[in-house]
Amino acid sequence: MPELTTARKPHALHWLTRRFARLQIPLDDPFAVTGLIIYAVFILVAIFANQLATHDPLEILYSETYELSSNLRPGEDGFILGTTSLGRDIYSQLIYGSRSALLIGITAAFMVAVIGTIVGLLSGYFGGWIDIVLMRAADIAFGIPFLPFVIVLSAFLEPSIWNVVFAMALILWRDTGRVIRSQVLTLRTRTYIDAARIAGSSDMKIVFSHIAPNILPLSFLYGSIAIGWAILTEAAISFLGFGDPETISWGYMLQDAYASQALSTGGYYWFVPPGICIILVVVAGFFISRGYEEILFPKLKD
Amino acid sequence: MVFVLWAVATILFLMFRLMPSNPLAAYIDPTFTIEQQAILMAKFGLDKPLWEQYFIYLWNLLHGELGDSFFYRQPVGQRVLELLPNTLILTFSSLIVAYMFGIIAGAWLAWKRDTFAERVSIPMVLATRAMPEFWLGMLLLAVFSFSLGWFPAGGTRSPGSEYSGYLALYTSRDFLAHLVLPALTLAIYSQGLPLLLMRSNMLEVMHEDFVTMARIKGLSNWTVVVRHAARNALLPVMTSFAISVGYQIQGNVVVETVFSWPGLGRELVNAVSASDYPLAQGAFLMIAVVVVLMNLLADLLYGLLDPRVSHA
Repeated sequence: MPELTTARKPHALHWLTRRFARLQIPLDDPFAVTGLIIYAVFILVAIFANQLATHDPLEILYSETYELSSNLRPGEDGFILGTTSLGRDIYSQLIYGSRSALLIGITAAFMVAVIGTIVGLLSGYFGGWIDIVLMRAADIAFGIPFLPFVIVLSAFLEPSIWNVVFAMALILWRDTGRVIRSQVLTLRTRTYIDAARIAGSSDMKIVFSHIAPNILPLSFLYGSIAIGWAILTEAAISFLGFGDPETISWGYMLQDAYASQALSTGGYYWFVPPGICIILVVVAGFFISRGYEEILFPKLKD
Repeated sequence: MVFVLWAVATILFLMFRLMPSNPLAAYIDPTFTIEQQAILMAKFGLDKPLWEQYFIYLWNLLHGELGDSFFYRQPVGQRVLELLPNTLILTFSSLIVAYMFGIIAGAWLAWKRDTFAERVSIPMVLATRAMPEFWLGMLLLAVFSFSLGWFPAGGTRSPGSEYSGYLALYTSRDFLAHLVLPALTLAIYSQGLPLLLMRSNMLEVMHEDFVTMARIKGLSNWTVVVRHAARNALLPVMTSFAISVGYQIQGNVVVETVFSWPGLGRELVNAVSASDYPLAQGAFLMIAVVVVLMNLLADLLYGLLDPRVSHA
């Protein structure tokens, strides 16, 4: 196996590019590229939120004549997207909302992908009682209604954006785990795995350095979908009033708008922008996962 | 399946009992004496050790006994069963609309492969799947209810209206007018799955031998697509219906809240907010039962409609 000998003592950079190539980021697919661009824009906004925001998102603002700047329309008094009924700047909230969205999205996706991949690898490779236990656990996870579960969990724990990440790590590894398991089942029988075994590789070495790299794109596919799920779930939880009132998120903004009667007073400038931001970030994940699907299942192309 | 339900019930029990907040906080008046509190604790079995509570809980569940709601002082089972029809009506009416639209549009998009229409439609469909359901509900509510005044803003009936029975209520114009917006919200969200499934199945089926055969026989394009290909592409879409019901029931929570629709999801949210443990537990279990049943039904249907699965 020439691949093994070249990989033995690679330079750090070489190693990195090799790993990156393994992820097979689909750069020739217009959908995937659009998705990556959307992500890049939101990541930049999140990083430079301090510079982009015009006000403190939670500060109650007053005009020069000490009047509460509440319910201003976009453009009035220099507020780009207007203000909330309590006199807070909507544009700045929107900018800061990108931070919590990305934070939740990326950590939750990471947890889901890592747990699901490990479960799938162990279950598929070792089989036997490990497989039975893990797949039974997946059955149970499929039986738990996800959103109600997050609601109950968030209500009992301290309000925090991490509740959503925690709940996703507990439940949503199920889809990733099952799919990766079935993939591992087919990989396990390949000749190069037999070769590695005959060469004396330990089980752990086979699983993590021979099988795992081949299912990484699949983990990424599920990870990119999980980013969207996490953001949508956080939004729903905040909207239902179980979120962290100290953290600005798009879900928090929507809850604030709904509770403050923005619907009946025509406050579209208040609740439309956060929804559009959510759609953009979530759809970006879908676009990237579509790119991956075409790589993984080339049959879809014809 | 029984195993899964048992596991879900156990997880639920542990979640509700081991969490820090006091279950009686909503029920016990701070002015109550210690003795009065103790009587209430005993009444709900909260003074016994945890394992004993667990067996009482399981025993009661087997007998369909879900306890009394702290807040409504009414048996939970009764209340949950009263709300179930509202949730099911909302779920099924929205899913039926979503599937009818999704199947037709999916087949059409497969037919229009590589055209401008397809290139524009697919991102739009994906965008509807990326929408927060409650946000879509808010938008429809603001436009069609508050701005245009076409539909009522929430609930299931106008204030002051009385009906002789459930049938009279569910078939009344008033009820249906209340149903339109929440059902439309859920339908827009859920049409994406059947649409994308139908489309990819159609693309796959169009390559199969029997379709080529039909073409060779000289049948018209319409007959080939609709009578031969679409029928076969439909099967997996129909099995996804059961799974969709399961997902929808969970997702209903937010939409029911937006439209103040008195269903299981909204009840769960309210009960959790009010620390009404038995009611929250009952609503959660009811939702879990529907989810588990629908997963099972999907498995069975899959084997039934496509015998290749069970022979493999």
